This record gives sequence, C-alpha cells and structure tokens, in this order.
Amino acid sequence: MSKTRLDQKKVNSELFTLTYGALVAQLLKDYENVEDVNKQLERMGYNMGIRLIEDFLARTGCGRCYDFKDTAEKIQMGFKIFLGITPTITNWSPAGDEFSLCFEVNPLTEFVELPDHCLNLKYCNILTGVLRGACEMVQMEIACWFVQDQLKNDSTTELRVKFIKRLEDAIPAGDD
Amino acid sequence: MVIYGVYIVSKSGGLIFNHDHNVPKVEHEKQFTYPLDIKLTYENKKIVVAFGQKDGINVGHALTAVNGSSVTGRELDDGRDVLEMLERPENFPVNLKFSRAKMTTNEKIFLASMFYPLFAIASQLSPEPRCSGIEVLEADTFRLYCYQTLTGVKFMIVAEPSQPGMEILSKRVYELYADYALKNPFYSLEMPIRCELFETNLQNLLETVEKSGISNV
Repeated sequence: MSKTRLDQKKVNSELFTLTYGALVAQLLKDYENVEDVNKQLERMGYNMGIRLIEDFLARTGCGRCYDFKDTAEKIQMGFKIFLGITPTITNWSPAGDEFSLCFEVNPLTEFVELPDHCLNLKYCNILTGVLRGACEMVQMEIACWFVQDQLKNDSTTELRVKFIKRLEDAIPAGDD
Repeated sequence: MVIYGVYIVSKSGGLIFNHDHNVPKVEHEKQFTYPLDIKLTYENKKIVVAFGQKDGINVGHALTAVNGSSVTGRELDDGRDVLEMLERPENFPVNLKFSRAKMTTNEKIFLASMFYPLFAIASQLSPEPRCSGIEVLEADTFRLYCYQTLTGVKFMIVAEPSQPGMEILSKRVYELYADYALKNPFYSLEMPIRCELFETNLQNLLETVEKSGISNV
C-alpha cells in the first residue's frame, strides 16, 4: 500500500508548466494591475507552503535546522523533490543570514515570454510565497524576493532569501 | 498484535482526528433476581457497577440495557428512572446488559488536550537540555506512542505493549496526513480531519501492520 505512496507520483513537467501559465494568465485577467497579481501569487504560494512543508518533512525525515546553511541546503533539496531542479546556493552575506538561489533552468518559465505591459510582473512569485509559508511552519521567519529574472533578460534567475528571526513563541514544547 | 487507536493533535493542542481501530467489545447480559447482588451508581451520566464483580461484569462497566430496552443517562426508553425501577421487587426478574463504557467524543477531546500540557511538562522536567517530551507512555494494558513533527502536530498511537514498530508506524501516518489531509483542497489547517480517503488509507495501513508486521509497509 505504501509502495504506491513512496515512489512519488511523477507528472510531466510540461503539464505543470502549462497549468501554472494558465493560473498566471487568469490572474492577469482578473486583476489587470500587475502589482496585485504579484501579491496574489505570493499569497497562493504561502498557502501552498504551509501544507507542502509537511509533505517535505514526512518524506525526507529531516530534522530541525540550527543554522541558516542547513536551511539553504534543505530548501535546495525541496526544489529537487518538488520541481526536479537543483538551484545553486551562492552569494552568502558576510553575516550568513542571506543567500541566493540561482536557477539555470526553471520549469515554471519554460515556454514563457513576458509581453510589454507585464514588465513588472514577477512571474514566478509563487515560489517566494512557498518558501515563506514553509519556513514559517518550522518557526522561522524569512523574506524572499527575485533579484534577477531570465524573463527580464538577466543571465540567470536569482532568488534572494533572508533570515529574519526565529519565531520563538511558536516553537512546540519539547523542541526548544 | 493489536492497535487500539490513532489520535492526531494539532499544534494548538486540539484533537483534530481520532480513529478507534481495534477495541475489543466487552458485553455481558444476565438475568437478575431481587434483591440485586451488585451495587450500581450513577456517575458521569452513566449507570456503572460500583461494587460486586461477577460473571465477567466488572467494576466500571456501564449498564446499557434493561430487558432489551436501552438506557440513556439514568432513564429507560419509556422515561422511567432505572435506579428507582431496580429497587422495586415487582420488576424482577430482570435482564441487565452491561458493557465497557465507551469514550464519548467530548471525553476524547478532553483527554487529548490534557496530554498536551503533560507533554510540555515532561520536556521541562528533563535534567538534560533539549528534551523531546513524551515519546512513549507505558501502562500494564497498553502503550501510547507520541510523535511530534517539527511543525508541532502530534501523532499518537495506542497499542498493545507487545506490538513492535509503532515509531515507524507513526511516521507512516504522518505521510498519510501530508498526502490525504493536507493535499485535500477542502481541508483547512487546524480543523478536524474529515477526509474519507485519509480514513480508508489509514485503516488499510493499520490492518496491514497488524496482519503482517511493520516491515511490509
């Protein structure tokens, strides 16, 4: 029974890419204002992240992070599990509380060209929400934003992640 | 090999799921003559045996039926008070049915929220820093296994003391929760889990473990 469970159900990434494209296109229609779409994508991502983290933990059996480097590696592992890509971790800040994830390939943007009226659109903004939601559930507050985007003619896509604080109040008993 | 039940307690300490798996049903029916040779009392909205254990009817068992008509609280179906009725010789001989009292949902919620501070106290009493809280609680008739995830959800399994592999089982239950509860778009976090798929998959998992051991899941 758990055999069907453990070998993860695989879907073609194109199906995923197109579904996400349909979602963004629909949001653009619904909101018209690009800033609202960015915000909405982040919110949807957040709601996905707070659920997805349980899947990640159940599947990998990862323990708690006591260092942001750990967190970075686990986020990287998450991308491998859920999107099948391994972004590189670079540009650590001297304090070790900020790093970048660089994507050479990004399955979300495979067939995408941004039209002129969408230059402010953060097409992959759902990812920032996912990361924020997932980290929040393991009692870590982070901020996350895009600094480079291949869709905007940058050479890579770069996602910056910043550690803000541990959510001490939310840490469950027996874990602090 | 018996697993008695599975409980899931949310981050905030509320019972969000419980599943009674394999609780053996104890039921005894017997003809009684006047005067009644067991002592009954009314407590917790049930009529229970207080003293006088015989023929499998034990102290603590609840009266469920009198002459085939069921007992609710202290009243019969027709509204008569059971204890008063059993004091009158003209009502005898009488047929009484007893069974082990079942926990109501309210009692389960109450107990689950009681375990929550217990768990927290255990982790604070620890002589060493960074204590996990209660992982196994053992009694003569059962063992309770508790697995707390990093997000604070607790998975509890009550099983026979001799049942092996319960730590692994609780992680399997966590996987089922991640799949069938959290991926259900109509399930909202922290709310009671009413997902049929989750329930059936859990049931299957428990049955497999009981039949062929944890190594087969």
